[in-house]
Amino acid sequence: MLSFTLRNLLARKVRLLLSAFAIVLGVGFVAGSFVFTDTMASSFDKIAYGTVASVNVRPVQESSDAMTSSMTMDARRIDASVVEDVRQVDGVRKAAGGVQGLGLFVITKENRLLSTTGAPTLAFNVDDIRNAAGDEIMTLVSGRAPAREGEVALDARAAKAAGYRVGDTIKLATLGDPPVVETKLTGIVEFSSGSLAGATLVLFDTKTAQAMFMDGADEFNTISIERDPSVSEEVLTKRVQEVLPEGLEAVSGTDLGNETKSVFDEVLGFLNTFLLVFAGISLVVGSFLIVNTFSMLVAQRSSELALLRAMGASRRQVQAAVLIEATVVGFAGSILGLGFGFGLAAILKSALGYLGIDLSGTALVFLPRTVVVAVVVGVVVTLLAAYIPARRASKVPPVAAMRDDQALSEGTVHWRVISGVVFALLGFGLFGLALWTDLPKPGWMVGAGIISLLLAVIATSVVTAIPVLAGLGRGFRAIFGFVGLLAEQNSRRNPRRTAATASALTIGLALVTTMSIMGASINASIDEGVDKQFTTDFIVTNPTRMPISSTLTDQIAELPSVAKAVPNQSIGFTIGDEPIYGSVTDPQAWSDIFKINYVKGEAPARAGTIAFNETKAKALGVSVGDTVEIAFLTGVVPVEVAGVFEDSEAIGQSISPYSLLADAGVKRADTVIAVNKNPNAGFKTTRAALERITKDNPTVVVQDKESFAEAQRAQVNTLLYLIYALLGLAIVIAILGIVNTLALSVIERTRELGLLRAVGLERGQLRRMVRLESVALAVLGAILGIATGTVSGVVLQRTFVDDGITALSIPITQLVIFLAVSALVGVMAAVLPAHRAAKLNILDAISVE
Amino acid sequence: MTSEIAASATDLYKTYGSNEAMVKALDGVSVDIRAAEFTAIMGTSGSGKSTLMHCMAGLDSSDSGSVKIGDVELSTLSDKKLTQLRRDRVGFVFQAFNLVPTLNAEENILLPLSIAGRKPDKDWYRKVIDAVDLSTRLKHRPSELSGGQQQRVACARALVSRPDIVFADEPTGNLDSASGAEVLSFLRRSVDDFGQTIVMVTHDPVAASYTDRVIFLADGKIIDELLEPTAEKVLEKMARRNRRVKNPV
Repeated sequence: MLSFTLRNLLARKVRLLLSAFAIVLGVGFVAGSFVFTDTMASSFDKIAYGTVASVNVRPVQESSDAMTSSMTMDARRIDASVVEDVRQVDGVRKAAGGVQGLGLFVITKENRLLSTTGAPTLAFNVDDIRNAAGDEIMTLVSGRAPAREGEVALDARAAKAAGYRVGDTIKLATLGDPPVVETKLTGIVEFSSGSLAGATLVLFDTKTAQAMFMDGADEFNTISIERDPSVSEEVLTKRVQEVLPEGLEAVSGTDLGNETKSVFDEVLGFLNTFLLVFAGISLVVGSFLIVNTFSMLVAQRSSELALLRAMGASRRQVQAAVLIEATVVGFAGSILGLGFGFGLAAILKSALGYLGIDLSGTALVFLPRTVVVAVVVGVVVTLLAAYIPARRASKVPPVAAMRDDQALSEGTVHWRVISGVVFALLGFGLFGLALWTDLPKPGWMVGAGIISLLLAVIATSVVTAIPVLAGLGRGFRAIFGFVGLLAEQNSRRNPRRTAATASALTIGLALVTTMSIMGASINASIDEGVDKQFTTDFIVTNPTRMPISSTLTDQIAELPSVAKAVPNQSIGFTIGDEPIYGSVTDPQAWSDIFKINYVKGEAPARAGTIAFNETKAKALGVSVGDTVEIAFLTGVVPVEVAGVFEDSEAIGQSISPYSLLADAGVKRADTVIAVNKNPNAGFKTTRAALERITKDNPTVVVQDKESFAEAQRAQVNTLLYLIYALLGLAIVIAILGIVNTLALSVIERTRELGLLRAVGLERGQLRRMVRLESVALAVLGAILGIATGTVSGVVLQRTFVDDGITALSIPITQLVIFLAVSALVGVMAAVLPAHRAAKLNILDAISVE
Repeated sequence: MTSEIAASATDLYKTYGSNEAMVKALDGVSVDIRAAEFTAIMGTSGSGKSTLMHCMAGLDSSDSGSVKIGDVELSTLSDKKLTQLRRDRVGFVFQAFNLVPTLNAEENILLPLSIAGRKPDKDWYRKVIDAVDLSTRLKHRPSELSGGQQQRVACARALVSRPDIVFADEPTGNLDSASGAEVLSFLRRSVDDFGQTIVMVTHDPVAASYTDRVIFLADGKIIDELLEPTAEKVLEKMARRNRRVKNPV
């Protein structure tokens, strides 16, 4: 039986190749996601563990929430005398105070910001402390280390990308005064343990670093300690802790590395899940292709299978034969998919290299786990998809071997309709729960509802296809006459196959449509929000969302054309487990510029007060007069709730006066400056005046209402295009499915096509017939998909009204374009099958033998 | 009976394969098909009878020689012109698989006209439908018709466009004798009543007895001809030929 199966496989390799290809693409996506994120993780691990000393001293961290803490710049400092104390500890070989400068950017030779990828710029003072593994952290590759004021070293990638060489004068944007400094590049370094994943290193000597970041005081942010090899990291950490004053903690290199790693891992885990979701969609779509291929193979072979049954093969053996075939196809597809995924990760890696996220120091990481997951996923998906055709194969009665017609028993459509109705009810039920109840996690409910609805549409597509195809057929007949009729009839000939083929496209287009409606709605909400809330004339901000120098606020406020310039700083903290992204500002002045509607209480003008937006106030269960403990990385501060305001894009989830920063030990670093012009100053003159101030500082941009909305929309659109690109793979697989179905139906109908040619159908007409059938398939899939997606998109928007997606926008033009592109896809998918059909030899086709 | 020529073949040669495996399917065949006559082409399998029909009907091309339908020379026509000629001037009845399964009987009958985008001549259509006795089955799909009914639909299709000539390739090969007789009577009547020209390939002496003229083929050559055949005469000719083969002089 096994050798029979294998011989079958070889005989039908072309047909199986297409379904194997679907597995290759799907598994490739899965493997590629793993290889890529593993590679990133490996690169980040080297950074996490390669940059820490054996023992590290820092101010005690009060909050362990990585995301909110990442927005906090620690203002607390360590006195130089502590470094001396630490040096006296037994087992300390060397100790050095570290100064870390945040908010520093390298400005390139072309006066642009060096890093726009989101990778950080790390500025610190040079020391000779080795890392916990005992290796040098940094290697000097040319020039010399910076030794005095006005000198700086950069990492090799940054220097190259910015166009600087040793000896050049380079420009840096800082948070200090002046906002842009010029300094001489004396040396170029490399990170010893691999690549920096796009991060930029800027090194100063200690005195200069203290002058820039510590107001010139002999103070530090951290202390790095190199240990005597005779003392363990753990023991030394304990000994150091004993000599530290209160408020400081000693952390071993391993612990600190783990801390950093866990932050990276969280981000990478999210990235991996995100990619795997799309890989999963591709696999689901691919499984339709497999179901179809195996159904057709079984149908074509039914007399052969019947012969086997007649000769004594059991049902189980026939079923097993088909399933073994599926296993081999799934396995082969998975192995090829692994290779494809590896290639995909390599391409992604070098693509990121072009964007400045350099992973070149890290080889692609190919873990055994990747191989296991890829093969298991590939084989299981193929087996599941082949199960129904295999069962049908086993039901071929032995007597079918004697019959001429090869009709396979097809189950009734009843169970499909029933399950479709059940899924539809479930889907709409979930939508209802998400929309009209206060149950938690409505997003997940809508997600599950969308999946149910898709299943319902797929299950019933055998039935719903009929009116759609009839409608299309009417159009075809009107435009293409009899050829149109033939195409329509062909598309309706095998409703199951048509439905399964179209369903693959339905899934892809439903998701694309949902996303496009969400994207359009978010953009419309942004416009609506900006219209209502952007009551300032200009805002001045950093495009990378990093802080800007507060000196700028003063400079802008002094402009004669400016009436008011109010800075605002984004902060992150937690209350209990609830993360809050708020801001500190002058609440009164901010309220003068922006319309902030306090529904309860008033603006938190006094020190030690705060106001929350309605959503957060509700989530926290607090009201005016309550006192809450808010936890920053740097400390825990009790504050009194002064007011609750209506949710607004113009401000975060909370607002507090600047005094909160000092109370919490957080460094002042403005992120936005809202600017109102003098009533008698011109709009253009004011803008020009602002741009004169910011022109040498590419970290800062001036935005008016239009450009602000545009920048917000651009972010949404970038994400949307990324999602479209990821869904593109599923659509490619769906197109393969159409090619597959058409190719097989051309083969099946060889004799009929021959007859049509004999009685006078021209080659061109025959090609058109196949093309129209293909268009019918594609448009059917698209219509069902766009309809499902529209319902899903609308429900999703209604669900997130409270989260700021207030406006519903259905991008009709875009949806029409999707439909048109689908029809075009149908035309493209038909190219080869139509060519093959037209090339058919009439005599071969009609000869009885 | 007129002596007008509906189709003709002159010096047709066609070979399949090469060298040792070479088969001479047509070895210098010349034949005229007279209009309004029912002609049978007979021969054993491999005699070249189907190849001759395919070449004359524009379904296949010969290696050399000329084929004319009316006064149109087929060998110089492009595929498109040839297809249009088949559509407009030739009718076909095959042994099996004559009908498009997705179309009903009426649509199948009108197939060549529909492909050409032409409307049927109503009176003629009625006449043909009545002749094949199918008026009650017109809305049925092929799968709902018996084998004989299917072949009669195919015959109606072959006639409905009033072709110059109808080619029938073993039209009764898959039918029981009663159904076969119906189909053959219909073909006979269409020659007598409508003046249709029909060429039928067959190996069945009974089928051949319905025709006006039988042409015998062997090894790619025309070896004999019989006018006003009866089943007995045809059998006799075939038997004589077989004897010759068995006992070569």
